[in-house]
Amino acid sequence: MNRHLISAGDLTRDDALLILDTADELARMSDRPIKKLPTLRGRTVVNLFFEDSTRTRISFEAAAKRLSADVINFSAKGSSVAKGESLKDTAQTLEAMGADGVVIRHSASGAPHRLAGWVRGSVVNAGDGTHEHPTQALLDAFTMRRRLGRLEGLRVTIVGDILHSRVARSNVLLLHTLGADVTLVGPPTLQPVAVDTWPCAVSYDLTATVPKSDVIMMLRVQQERMKAAFFPSVREYSRRYGLDAARMGMLPEHAIVMHPGPMNRGVEIAAEVADAPRSTVVEQVANGVSVRMAVLYLLLGGMAVPA
Amino acid sequence: MTEMGASGTASAAGTATHGAAETPDGPRRAAATWLIRGARSASGEPEDLLIRDGVIAETGRGLAAAGAAVIDADGLIALPGLVDLHTHLREPGREDAETVATGTAAAALGGFTAVHAMANTEPAADTAGVVEQVWRLGRQAGRSDVYPVGAVTQGLAGAQLAELGAMADSAARVRIFSDDGRCVSDALLMRRALEYVKAFDGVIAQHAQEPRLTEDAQLNEGEMAGKLGLAGWPAVAEEAVIARDCLLAAHVDSRLHICHVSTAGSVEIIRWAKSKGWRVTAEVTPHHLLLTDELAASYDPVYKVNPPLRTAVDVTALRAGLADGTIDCVATDHAPHPAEDKETEWAVAAFGMTGLETALRVVQEAMVDTGLLDWAGVADRMSVRPALIGRLTGHGQPLRAGAAACLTLYDPSSRAQVDPSASPSKSRNTPFAGMALPGRVIATFLRGSPSVIDGKLT
Repeated sequence: MNRHLISAGDLTRDDALLILDTADELARMSDRPIKKLPTLRGRTVVNLFFEDSTRTRISFEAAAKRLSADVINFSAKGSSVAKGESLKDTAQTLEAMGADGVVIRHSASGAPHRLAGWVRGSVVNAGDGTHEHPTQALLDAFTMRRRLGRLEGLRVTIVGDILHSRVARSNVLLLHTLGADVTLVGPPTLQPVAVDTWPCAVSYDLTATVPKSDVIMMLRVQQERMKAAFFPSVREYSRRYGLDAARMGMLPEHAIVMHPGPMNRGVEIAAEVADAPRSTVVEQVANGVSVRMAVLYLLLGGMAVPA
Repeated sequence: MTEMGASGTASAAGTATHGAAETPDGPRRAAATWLIRGARSASGEPEDLLIRDGVIAETGRGLAAAGAAVIDADGLIALPGLVDLHTHLREPGREDAETVATGTAAAALGGFTAVHAMANTEPAADTAGVVEQVWRLGRQAGRSDVYPVGAVTQGLAGAQLAELGAMADSAARVRIFSDDGRCVSDALLMRRALEYVKAFDGVIAQHAQEPRLTEDAQLNEGEMAGKLGLAGWPAVAEEAVIARDCLLAAHVDSRLHICHVSTAGSVEIIRWAKSKGWRVTAEVTPHHLLLTDELAASYDPVYKVNPPLRTAVDVTALRAGLADGTIDCVATDHAPHPAEDKETEWAVAAFGMTGLETALRVVQEAMVDTGLLDWAGVADRMSVRPALIGRLTGHGQPLRAGAAACLTLYDPSSRAQVDPSASPSKSRNTPFAGMALPGRVIATFLRGSPSVIDGKLT
């Protein structure tokens, strides 16, 4: 496996399966009364968050702490970054502190690539701009495999703002590697112009795609997209590309509904869908910790997981 | 081997002695008479060039002149001094990135004897005062002539015409006007500018970029931008403005020049406009002739430029357009930036690449070594035609007796890695760093006075 996890596309099938299998083992540990493992004792993990994301930061923090790593949370707000310090200077500071792993969340696509060139430790991409969010894709795949027992041949439909979605990019790459068949659905304005070169199918018609889905993943749509003329109104978006109870009823019985959160209830997903038994939203959060533990464990090379 | 240090260490093919002046006290900038022996002219025949008092006094075989400094130019190509229509010298305002002195030093090392300094300085070159300042700084630097480009609109703001006539009448005698870096997107303003400069045979050089289609744009809109999650800069945003401006230029029968053409579609539109007999000219940058948007996969902003690097299909079309004359010339868009403006995340980095020192070498790689252009073609596209577009009289002349002695001696047989640290430019943002490129500028003469000898600044 690479020293860094920056793109889901960097993972081979074996790498990805190793992470998912390791996450499975680690998930069993977290059912024990004492959840903490000594595997990363003495290692330092820095959570470098240039963009607010309490959910993702807490998930990584919990993962690192359960592996006994020392965790430093660095939030750009109120920090030297707010005073104009460059990413490179921040990287040099982290180097001086001896960070073994850096988890970075940044609003600029490619920021983790740049950081990886400036630090010795492993860089984990926790979401960069409109590029990728590989641990989200891993936890999604983990959730699908747990619920449906397989990934090979699984029909996964991802719906919404594909153009600006790092979740969609990472999921397409990872699920393709793992043998699932992905279909992207959204208005043409919210699909990249060269999306036909991606390893997936593309559709503008949600209603036609729903019955052919084993998994339907709804992406958050930001209301400010409306101002840039990507779609005429939130109501129209919701009618054409939202998952309401009627559309959910067209899903095959075994199909699951996913959402990376935070949800816009009533926009891309109706409240009764979000809270339905086939919705995995809460599980995804729990699985996120296990998957991130696996990633940190495998990248930072801790001691063997005790049997 | 380093870019500039080659001559001291190279043992192959006699490059060590190329261009070394055989005078008792070595290279002498002050020598008034130079005899260049056996340089291949652009048409291919070796001949001697005798330079005296700033002009080419004589050409032919077996020339002799008592007291002349002699350059053995066997194997070298003699080109008329290169002319760049598009250089950012950054002075006044951003002297941390480049000055007229450092930029013209880089120009001389690249074989240029004339550069056009773009107007997006601080303050902008939108008055006779600023263009005269830049023009004077160029005269003082003395290594290559500096022709200021005047802004089309006040402060490049795209709202009100700058005093184009005052700049044309100034000591700088401005003939090219451009808001480069920004597009004159207002159709009415563009029409008026095109019309107005007819009074003094000026030309509007348009940076073609529809602003609404390129808000926050980072990289060519296509497969790479989609994959990398970078906001797309669509080809249509360039092509739509070019099409509109060709029609406007035709309507008012004025001269239009298109800066840094970067897409296959733009080449087609310009070819069509030229077929109508409209007075449209165009330039292409060296980087758009050689590099593609795939380089952005590293997110290294050294590859961030405006217009962006495009695809291999575009590169092929640009090369074909330059070869058949649809694109009139190569212009560097030399855009120096300090390290801190490039050692950042992609989205916040400055647009632009340096290019003066590598331009001729890149053109050899992309056009000559591929068989698309011969050396006469290079002389035409990098000297004769840009000088015509800029209405320069002392540049871009064939190397014949009586012409101003502005010329470049170039060794096409050399090959070396580009070493940015060897550059006299204040900036290091070359996308060609570490790339092995053919060729080496051995000497550059500006009106008989050498600015470069043996590959080094005099």
